[in-house]
Amino acid sequence: MSPASRRAFIRNSAAAGAGLVIGFHLPMSRAEAQSQALFSPNAYLRITPENRITIVVARSEMGQGVWTSLPMILAEELEVGLHQIAIEQAGASTLFGDQSTGGSDSVRSTWAPMRKAGAQAREMLISAAAEQWEVPTEDCKAENGLVVHSFTGRKATYGELAIAASKFAVPHDPPLKSGDYKLVGKSLPRLDTHSKVNGTAIYGIDFRVPGMKYAVLARCETIGGKVASFDGNATKQMPGVSYVGKISDSAVAVVADGTWNALKARRALKVTWDDSANKNLDSAAILASLRNADQSKAVKFYSKGNVANAAGKKMEAEYQLPFMAHAPMEPGNCTAHFRGTECEIWAPTQVPQDCRDTVAQLLGLKPEKVKVNITLLGGGFGRRLEHDYAVEAALVSKAINAPVKVTWTREDDMRCSTYRPVSLHKLSAVLGNDGWPVAFTHRLIGPSINGQKGSPPVNGVDSDFPDEAAFLYPVPNVSLESVTTETPVPLGWMRSVYALQFGFASESFLDELAADAGKDPLAYRLHLLSKNTEIKYFDTSWSTARLRNVLTLAAAKAGWNKPLPDGRYRGIACFGCFSTYAAEVVEISMENNDPRVHRVVSVVDCGTVVNPNILEQQIQSAVIYGLTNALRAQITIDKGRVVQGNFDDYQPIRMNEAPKIEAYFVPSTEPPTGIGEPPLPPLAPALCNAIYAATQKRIRALPILS
Amino acid sequence: MAEFTLRVNGTNKTVDVSPDTPLLWVLRDSLQLTGTKFACGAGLCGACSVHMNGALTRSCITPVSEASGKEIVTIEGLGAGHLHPLQKAWIAEDVPQCGYCQSGQIMAAAALLAKTPHPTDDEITDFMSGNICRCGTYERIRRAVRRASAGGAK
Repeated sequence: MSPASRRAFIRNSAAAGAGLVIGFHLPMSRAEAQSQALFSPNAYLRITPENRITIVVARSEMGQGVWTSLPMILAEELEVGLHQIAIEQAGASTLFGDQSTGGSDSVRSTWAPMRKAGAQAREMLISAAAEQWEVPTEDCKAENGLVVHSFTGRKATYGELAIAASKFAVPHDPPLKSGDYKLVGKSLPRLDTHSKVNGTAIYGIDFRVPGMKYAVLARCETIGGKVASFDGNATKQMPGVSYVGKISDSAVAVVADGTWNALKARRALKVTWDDSANKNLDSAAILASLRNADQSKAVKFYSKGNVANAAGKKMEAEYQLPFMAHAPMEPGNCTAHFRGTECEIWAPTQVPQDCRDTVAQLLGLKPEKVKVNITLLGGGFGRRLEHDYAVEAALVSKAINAPVKVTWTREDDMRCSTYRPVSLHKLSAVLGNDGWPVAFTHRLIGPSINGQKGSPPVNGVDSDFPDEAAFLYPVPNVSLESVTTETPVPLGWMRSVYALQFGFASESFLDELAADAGKDPLAYRLHLLSKNTEIKYFDTSWSTARLRNVLTLAAAKAGWNKPLPDGRYRGIACFGCFSTYAAEVVEISMENNDPRVHRVVSVVDCGTVVNPNILEQQIQSAVIYGLTNALRAQITIDKGRVVQGNFDDYQPIRMNEAPKIEAYFVPSTEPPTGIGEPPLPPLAPALCNAIYAATQKRIRALPILS
Repeated sequence: MAEFTLRVNGTNKTVDVSPDTPLLWVLRDSLQLTGTKFACGAGLCGACSVHMNGALTRSCITPVSEASGKEIVTIEGLGAGHLHPLQKAWIAEDVPQCGYCQSGQIMAAAALLAKTPHPTDDEITDFMSGNICRCGTYERIRRAVRRASAGGAK
């Protein structure tokens, strides 16, 4: 690129102006950036000579605030304010490692690389200024997007230093702040809010390509069903329809000039399904398969001491949870444009690299010939860890040789989805002479998500368990076990995944033990946690002190030791997952034998809090999501089909059922840990424990309102 | 197919679609006003809410033939070129998470405040319970509606 055209390029790039500009972006390597005279010490950052500072976000924005929190981490070390930057959403790339957005991992996995990315740039900009001014680097500092010479006050913008800075070697180990943050820890407003209140935010379903067609697919609603034959003659006569065809073993696509015409035409389609595989399957049979599972196949995935040697009074209980659906507000969709030797995808996805690799394989292209752009996600909750939408869109685009958007209806999403697996839990405890537990056993019986997707548990360890199934009470003998069953029902990772199941069962059972001992549920837990100790569980070292702290703070904020008004009851629970500690107190009344939740106090210890504003949102979100799961979320199967179809028979919590939520965190200087999921698991047990306090009845199966 | 003329956000728009086409798809596909969202297609969740002659309307179950000749306001036109006080309140309270349902939430809140400028908390809850948010932003929606009804102050 000549200097003149480079300047034109930069002028055009900068023309969008200051403030938040979201670009679709294929990140550049350092060499590519330098060839365009951009200062880009790493893939997360570019600075132009015109002082345009762009921070690249390599995770998907699905509501959890990564378009704000991740830039804050880099900007902190770079010494710029959020008003001085633009951000770009990275598409699928090879420069960032695993770009999956899930596992409450966005902040915890990018904290280190984004700090380093900002610090590298800062050090190089300081070096450039020092060289230009012929002064020692120690006498220069970076602040507010400027390098300043401490003695003379001489200043240069990062843009002015950009070209010179790119000539320095990228430091491998730049110094990082150890506190005294200017951005991290501040309750800053989100950068994406404005576009989300004026209708300009672009989600996958809003994306448009010139000449684009609109497709909907007829999929077999009987699980595992396939297309036997179809008659598309009537459909082809419908207004606006340009294509009807089978695009896979299990789906027929209808393509039209608009979404409505495609939907209408799909109704006229006659498909004969081969639904023989599972047409007799129902929820009762699935639950029976769990109950009848061969218990001799139980595998210990965590063991301490030897539960078999513990002697004393034995307590046992069994818990169960149903299939659940993620049901994000934005139904499935994806836009694809197959262009013969390459394919471009615009997807609201949590797994851009899976989209790229699977589409490439199906279309017979090299992965680098599939460009995956990430739009905003209208909710994820794990549903968009599947890449089914992208595959469908790519296949339809190839079939019609034109750009196309595939849209799912709510019923498609409810009935042809992946689901949180059903599970059965057998818990037992042995009480010693003093009445306190000396042994604890938790056996999960259920199908494995990873197993169904081709990565079965190894030695009983599902690859999700290390983040989601810890038992944090230092009982001397502990056995955590699983019996893996099979199901044809498609399984997916749903917000907090197995932690929801383990948390519900174990924290309800703890309450049973406390009740049996005639002890206060909080005091009982605090007694078990009274000794400071570390609990090593796979790669995480958990601290009883930190769990005790969240419990104590939740109890204090909820006024646990103060009497409640007549008719009010409360329950408490705590759980640790994704390396974060969470405790909740739920306050209820009973109305016509059903609980009404008035207040939830939620406390987390998630290490360093990057943005308390977003943390509060995440806690509120987890509480509401958890409340839906606890009260009503249930997917049932009848004659091989999902019974529920829309928000009338799968009813999320609305405002009239939304409690007052109080969110707190324990201040910490530890590196950040997860927050999107950890406040969820304590909700259901705390609620059921409150119901026990009110009624002396123990809820051992979710949903509560079945 | 037939021609329909609607007045959308103060401008006349003519579209050529089948009469049963829901207003939602006319707005989104024909007029490229994608701030109004599709989520349930059955009038259950409120994500598609617009104002039709001032009344809160579920555009996903309102055929275009019914909207013909009517005054339609969508999230893009709510503030008529400026931010509506509710949009300002939504920003002040930093309400959205994924944001997908928020156009509908704001249109519902605007319909509430147009009739009841100073709603009680119960009135807010009753009215806003027509809308679903899977991210669970209800606490901040309540705060934002209160803020807007108090003239921007908290």
